[in-house]
Amino acid sequence: MRNPASDSERSGAMTIASKSTWADRINGFARKVPTWPLYILYLLPVPWLLYLAQTGGLGREPIKALEHELGEIALQLLIFGLCITPLRRYLGINLLKFRRMFGLLAFIYVTLHLLVWLVLDVGILSQIWADILKRPYITIGMVAFVLLLPLAVTSNTWSVRKLGPAWRTLHKLAYVAAILGAVHYIMLTKVWAIEPLAYLAVILGLLALRVPKRRQKRVA
Amino acid sequence: MAYRWTNTLTRKDATPEALFLNRRQLMAGAAAGVALAGTGARAEEVLEPNSWEDITEYNNFYEFGTGKSDPATYASALTTEPWSVTIDGLVDRPGEYDFEDIMAEMTVEERIYRFRCVEAWSMVIPWNGFELADLLGMAGVQEQAKYVRFETLYRPEEMRGQSSRFIDWPYVEGLRLDEALHPLTIMATGIYGRTIPNQNGAPIRLVVPWKYGFKSIKSIVKITLTDEQPINTWQALQANEYGFYANVNPEVDHPRWSQATERQIGGGLFSKRIPTLKFNGYEEEVASLYEGMDLTRFY
Repeated sequence: MRNPASDSERSGAMTIASKSTWADRINGFARKVPTWPLYILYLLPVPWLLYLAQTGGLGREPIKALEHELGEIALQLLIFGLCITPLRRYLGINLLKFRRMFGLLAFIYVTLHLLVWLVLDVGILSQIWADILKRPYITIGMVAFVLLLPLAVTSNTWSVRKLGPAWRTLHKLAYVAAILGAVHYIMLTKVWAIEPLAYLAVILGLLALRVPKRRQKRVA
Repeated sequence: MAYRWTNTLTRKDATPEALFLNRRQLMAGAAAGVALAGTGARAEEVLEPNSWEDITEYNNFYEFGTGKSDPATYASALTTEPWSVTIDGLVDRPGEYDFEDIMAEMTVEERIYRFRCVEAWSMVIPWNGFELADLLGMAGVQEQAKYVRFETLYRPEEMRGQSSRFIDWPYVEGLRLDEALHPLTIMATGIYGRTIPNQNGAPIRLVVPWKYGFKSIKSIVKITLTDEQPINTWQALQANEYGFYANVNPEVDHPRWSQATERQIGGGLFSKRIPTLKFNGYEEEVASLYEGMDLTRFY
């Protein structure tokens, strides 16, 4: 007769063992990969999108298309940044060295998204100002951008050292910015669409993954 | 019908198709050739109809998906033959009117109209069609009729967007009877002299040029004369954003964006917004329909 208890223990141990080697392999690879080529790689969509916009690849109205593409990439990058902590906590995968890169790239894409809106899309100063004040989805988008500003400014190693524990608190603004970004996306569609709702769900899910651990700590 | 509307835009305003085909090579020459006849309401501006590609590849037709290129991609699944339009309600001769029989009775003419979407983009489109008043005349409008209600085909097996439950299909639109009988109001069956493509509302659609595009309901299968104001689809979805009237009006903003300006499709990455005209430039023709009405309330 098999002993069910020892059986499950053994399989449990095996899962942990296989998981750790799998995670170790990723961690080992991540240690070897430098970040600077990834910056270049992840900025390549910018010239590519501009090329498509100019040659009809983004459809008959390239301005809105470009604006939306840039905004969506920014949201994805914010989500990648939010994945780092849960990946480490639950799967033992350490991609911490890429978090700054994802954050900065997200900021770059949000800035480009904003610039396209300011210069190519609206282009009329009085209307820009009225839109920011009067249109809730634009107000929310602007707030998200403003929240990301201090994060981009303090993303350097010097600021991390200088600010100490305050740096961690400050950079929790990324959570708020990501939620606002997804809400901004949801609000601009005319009917409930799956994609923007999915972004918000993923962001809220990733934030929820951070909650239980903290509660456990408090209990302990 | 008191008078027939005569177009201020002429065939000369439409860029000949050959020019479109060679547009890139002929840019300079074409500009000179086309820039002759613009007599639109924007005094200094030359009104040039959009290209066939602009008109047929950038569409809102949620029956085929919410993306702008979805209709062009998926509308080929729609069969438009045979087609009939049921005309019922307060009419003398209710019934199912065969599309061919309707066309045999109607005189098709060209109407070059501005087309302004509620999303603040616009085009100029050379429609082919006939006045709605003539079609309603076929069925005989009764005296008690005050409104016209239109319905789009519901056929989810051919219209993939209709599987989405965010909209209560079929799509419904409505007009006041005087709007419906106005000579500017047409049923379009063609564009640029060709049969209207599926993504533009084949085989028969409404065009009301002084109203936002969503009023110009596509692929119509039913027209009902009624004494009750119909609830159109967008009004049912978001009554504070989309009303029954939906007249183009730069002074009344959509709650989420300004309607003061619009972007003409086809200008590329560096096209500038242009001011939106009241009643989309047809103020002279239609403003009297709304005399004494508060247009900020009846948006």
